[in-house]
Amino acid sequence: MREELLSLVTGCAREVGELQELELPSDLTPHTQLFGQQGLFDSVGLVGLVVAVEEAIEDQYGLSVTLADQRAMSQERSPFRTVGSLSEYAVKLIESSR
Amino acid sequence: MSDVAKGPVTVITGTSRGIGEHLAKHYLRLGHRVVGCSRRSLQWKHEQYIHHETDVSDEAGVKRLFADVRKRWNRVDHLINNAGLASMNHSLVTPFSTVHDIVQTNLVGPFLFCREAAKQMGKRRFGRIVNLTTVAVPLKLAGEAVYAASKAGVESLTQVLARELAEFGITVNAVGPVPIATDLIRGVPRDKIDHLLSLQAIPRMGTCQDVANVIDFFLRQESDMVTGQTLYLGGV
Repeated sequence: MREELLSLVTGCAREVGELQELELPSDLTPHTQLFGQQGLFDSVGLVGLVVAVEEAIEDQYGLSVTLADQRAMSQERSPFRTVGSLSEYAVKLIESSR
Repeated sequence: MSDVAKGPVTVITGTSRGIGEHLAKHYLRLGHRVVGCSRRSLQWKHEQYIHHETDVSDEAGVKRLFADVRKRWNRVDHLINNAGLASMNHSLVTPFSTVHDIVQTNLVGPFLFCREAAKQMGKRRFGRIVNLTTVAVPLKLAGEAVYAASKAGVESLTQVLARELAEFGITVNAVGPVPIATDLIRGVPRDKIDHLLSLQAIPRMGTCQDVANVIDFFLRQESDMVTGQTLYLGGV
């Protein structure tokens, strides 16, 4: 499932990048930063990515999850830092919703 | 037929009766596809109308409603947060359960609907949100402490969301009706209503059409420079 989610998040990042007319690097890895100085997105883009990932999870797994939940917001290291950390967080949410 | 030709998608809460029912039928007449909700089942039908039986403060129910809209049409153009609960009581004899229910319906519900609607509106960089407030806020009506406080919260929500959502092409405004002959004010004594009317510049009861008229203005494409505003009827 980790690989599936990595690919789902990467796909959503590209989708949002296209909508925002951003030139994303050709190679998005788990270490690619989503937010901040070296990040792919500004705050609007990050919101768009969170929405896109929630919808993709609903379409692919039939589960309604909220990525920006209390647990995510209270973590010392934000799950929205990188492609990898967001994928990992999504895996945890899906596993706990089943 | 193109998606636009099928009409905009308008979500309205509290459509089983009163202002909400009027607004749903008004926008159906204008060719919108309307999605409504209420806690009770609906006594009327329309081929362009989809109904969800849900409490506006039930997060899972609200998410189900918007997931359904996304699967059907993948767009939300307008949201009208109409569902509301009122209780006329002196604060010293207001039960806690009443306080809880009013805040849940009047403030938590609109927040959930704004959040979920804006997720879909933002993708198309267009959206219009209109929240229902009340003249009880500026008039500071005795006997409506919790109701007025919950609606003051709605006005604050309107102003802050207007700023947060502007970059997504979404406007957020509010309309504050004067008393309208609906179930919401059924229990309010006549002398209280007369006193309230005397505080208005135009001292008559409002109508559902008065409310629809203001919302029509907020929903217009051309109203893209109008956001964060609360418009009270009757010159309050």
